[in-house]
Amino acid sequence: MSVNYGSKRIVTGAGYGFRDWLAQRVTGSLMAIFTVVLLVEVIFTSGPIGYEQWAGIFAGQCMKFLTFAVIIALLYHVWVGMRDIWMDYIKPVGLRLVLHVFTLVWLVGCAGWAVQALWRL
Amino acid sequence: MTELAKKRPEFRNINALTDLPTYRLPVAGIVSILHRISGFLMFLLMPLIIWMFDNSISSEISFAKFSAAFNVGLGFVPGWFMKLVALALIWAYLHHFIAGLRHLYMDVCHAVTKEFGKSSAIVTLSLSIGLSAVLGAKLFGLY
Repeated sequence: MSVNYGSKRIVTGAGYGFRDWLAQRVTGSLMAIFTVVLLVEVIFTSGPIGYEQWAGIFAGQCMKFLTFAVIIALLYHVWVGMRDIWMDYIKPVGLRLVLHVFTLVWLVGCAGWAVQALWRL
Repeated sequence: MTELAKKRPEFRNINALTDLPTYRLPVAGIVSILHRISGFLMFLLMPLIIWMFDNSISSEISFAKFSAAFNVGLGFVPGWFMKLVALALIWAYLHHFIAGLRHLYMDVCHAVTKEFGKSSAIVTLSLSIGLSAVLGAKLFGLY
């Protein structure tokens, strides 16, 4: 079998995972920033948090902007992560294809739902 | 190679039932597999997460429905079970978040020694389990 790692690997022009590695870190960082922003918003809300206060956090255009970006980042992050899991544990090609398609349908559906909920606000 | 290193068992084609229970995973390995498990859990429960997001921000009525799911229950699912699922999600998020920050720190600072791997793994586990316990106690109304 040809060497596909290290300095002697045969470069054929396909990706070797660097793009996914980087994407995982960029999208992860974005979601981490979002988590901190949301925590700060919740902590600095005075009084008990009811519907008005909670929905108010997401109602501003800035927060909508960020939340939308985070939904897209999440979509990509989970796709890369789930693809890794299927590639590690599922060897039969047919089953793996089915699971990849299921993952994509699941994620795109979920992302659409989340965006719809956000847009309605 | 020393004698000790030669005698170490090799694991090839690991059988989940016969090999995994006796496989001594280092603490960094535990953090790693939990990172994967927590991510998978959040993937599976994603519709529930978005259901909560949707109902909690859409209207006063849907917000009440969202709260009632945890206090009274949702359909045939009792409230305490919903809280348990929420606690699992809280743990999964905390673990994934902290283990992710550990990854980012390691990448940025080139912190790739065995010692750092172990100590940061212990910090990750303590923080994620500790914070989950604190938030879980709040969720179940212990304080």
